[in-house]
Amino acid sequence: MKNKSSAFPYGVWMVIFIVLPLLLVGYFAFTTEDGAPTMENISKVGEFMPVLMRSVWYAVVATVVCLVIAYPLGYLISRGAGSRRRTLLMLVILPMWMNFLLRTYAWMTLLENNGLINRFLGFFNVGPFEMINTSGAVILGMVYNYMPFMILPLYAVMSKIDQTTLEAAQDLGSSFVSTFARVILPLSMPGVKTGIIMVFVPSVSTFIISRMLGGGGNLLIGDLIELQFLGNAYNPNLGAAISLVLLVIVLLCMSLLNQFGGEEEMEGALLDK
Amino acid sequence: MEENIIVSLKNIAVDYDGERVLNGIDLDIRDKEFVTFLGPSGCGKTTTLRIIGGFVEAGEGDVFFDGMRINDLPPHKRKVNTVFQKYALFPHLNVYENIEFGLKINKVPEPQRRERIKDMLELVNLMGFETRGANQLSGGQQQRVAIARALVNRPRVLLLDEPLGALDLKLRKEMQVELKRIQQSMEITFIYVTHDQEEALTMSDRVVVMKDGEILQVGTPQDIYNEPVNAFVADFIGESNILPGVMKKDFQAEFAGHVFECVDKGFGENEEVQVVVRPEDVKVVSYEDGPIDGIVESVIFKGVHYEMTVDSHGFKWLIHSTKKEDVGKVIGMDILPDDIHIMRAEEE
Ligand SMILES: Nc1ncnc2c1ncn2[C@@H]1O[C@H](COP(=O)(O)OP(=O)(O)O)[C@@H](O)[C@H]1O
Ligand SMILES: [Mg+2]
Repeated sequence: MKNKSSAFPYGVWMVIFIVLPLLLVGYFAFTTEDGAPTMENISKVGEFMPVLMRSVWYAVVATVVCLVIAYPLGYLISRGAGSRRRTLLMLVILPMWMNFLLRTYAWMTLLENNGLINRFLGFFNVGPFEMINTSGAVILGMVYNYMPFMILPLYAVMSKIDQTTLEAAQDLGSSFVSTFARVILPLSMPGVKTGIIMVFVPSVSTFIISRMLGGGGNLLIGDLIELQFLGNAYNPNLGAAISLVLLVIVLLCMSLLNQFGGEEEMEGALLDK
Repeated sequence: MEENIIVSLKNIAVDYDGERVLNGIDLDIRDKEFVTFLGPSGCGKTTTLRIIGGFVEAGEGDVFFDGMRINDLPPHKRKVNTVFQKYALFPHLNVYENIEFGLKINKVPEPQRRERIKDMLELVNLMGFETRGANQLSGGQQQRVAIARALVNRPRVLLLDEPLGALDLKLRKEMQVELKRIQQSMEITFIYVTHDQEEALTMSDRVVVMKDGEILQVGTPQDIYNEPVNAFVADFIGESNILPGVMKKDFQAEFAGHVFECVDKGFGENEEVQVVVRPEDVKVVSYEDGPIDGIVESVIFKGVHYEMTVDSHGFKWLIHSTKKEDVGKVIGMDILPDDIHIMRAEEE
């Protein structure tokens, strides 16, 4: 009884901010403008398949790039001595203190055709390169904006790995590569999973980054949804349907991740050729 | 150089943040020997072990293994294994997998692996715990897994850093006997670290007494106990009465107001010395018969003996005796020549 009553505010919170909106999305997705039940919205989502695929693809690339960069960084920070560790962590967190839009605008001015980078390269008679409004720019924006969400969970699990555990592995004859595969990687798996989710989910549903850095040619699923609610294409029912499909895709990706993430399999796959 | 030296430390020095924590460590360890580093916490025992294991680089000096200089050999290439002070088990592996770790790395075939792990589990009395996670074990069990995990690789040298620290007294005594038996039957060199003098004396072939990053004395347990080089060793090795004295001439020492026969020689005439007498070596006699007299101040029953403090003109004698005296009684004390240990006075 006591437990139930103390969980009550939490329950109310959940209902208001999670369950209710989800029900509303579901309601809109399966009804017409007039509230009559229909499957039309869902079937219409099929038309946007290329955009959906592109969104997933960009998000996957951005997540992989984040992981590749963040993993060694997280490891280095976690092994650093107290003061160095704090400085590096601060450098990771610092950009998050700036407004998201501002950060992305900054990249716009950097990448523009007569932006800072191209002008700088111009001094050496290189370029100009077309960087803004490309898929690369969108992915760069994702990587830049969501990198801390990959580094922090990785750092968190890695800093819990005791140095003497690594020494024990060496003591038992394992080289650095083998220590990495047999001890560091399996122990950091939870952080890898969290990091992937934290980067993939916002990347796959972003609309600001693609709008600002991708021009018109890199429309993502997030842009599409936004257009249905706030744009001139105004059609909340279709928007809800796309959101629902996106939600299902994200959930599928998550469960896929859990299937592949078993520690033993990872370790085995790396070591036993 | 002797043939059977397996590990040799030559003039090793280590600094941490400009502070010298090891200084002039010179030591030869023989093959199949049980050597114990003994000393108070912070004296550099762990650091010395880590020098041998390869985890700390010596600022000065050389480390030899089997006659080869190994200063620059990384830990995973050294033929030593370590039982770490804080066990350092792999938290993502169970007991069986922890012990299997080194065997897998060294590509021992599966059937042999299983056999050797089974033997080890029997040895450390952990049969049936194979699938327990490392975090689901008590401190004592973790320590035994750590011992098994190192031993299963049959290293030529096993480094043990206070391996029995987390065990209760009874289990500790059992494991002491067990470790000694293992060391002898497997013919492995054990380099053992403890701050427990009794453990050091009962298990070791040789004891290395350390203090403040330096070696004070190396010798058999008997040597160390009977002929401590200075008052610190004497006191650390066991409770002692340490008094100032004067060496009148060879075989004659004056202390506690009397001249005693002793077995030491080679001191200067009237040289000031320190005299060490073990509590169990002080004989309680009647007031008339004792060259030293004193008043019994306290008596505590210690199981096998009584521990008494006796005040003799300001000096408090510590005496172990099987016979009880009453508090307040005036008694006499005598000491046999054999039981008087003379040491050069320490310059502090
Ligand atoms: N990594 C380190 N950094 C700085 N000082 C250390 C480090 N390791 C040990 N020390 C210092 O070196 C001295 C010896 O330590 P240690 O070898 O662990 O002693 P023991 O094992 O005998 O207790 C201590 O004063 C300790 O504070
Ligand atoms: Mg220590």
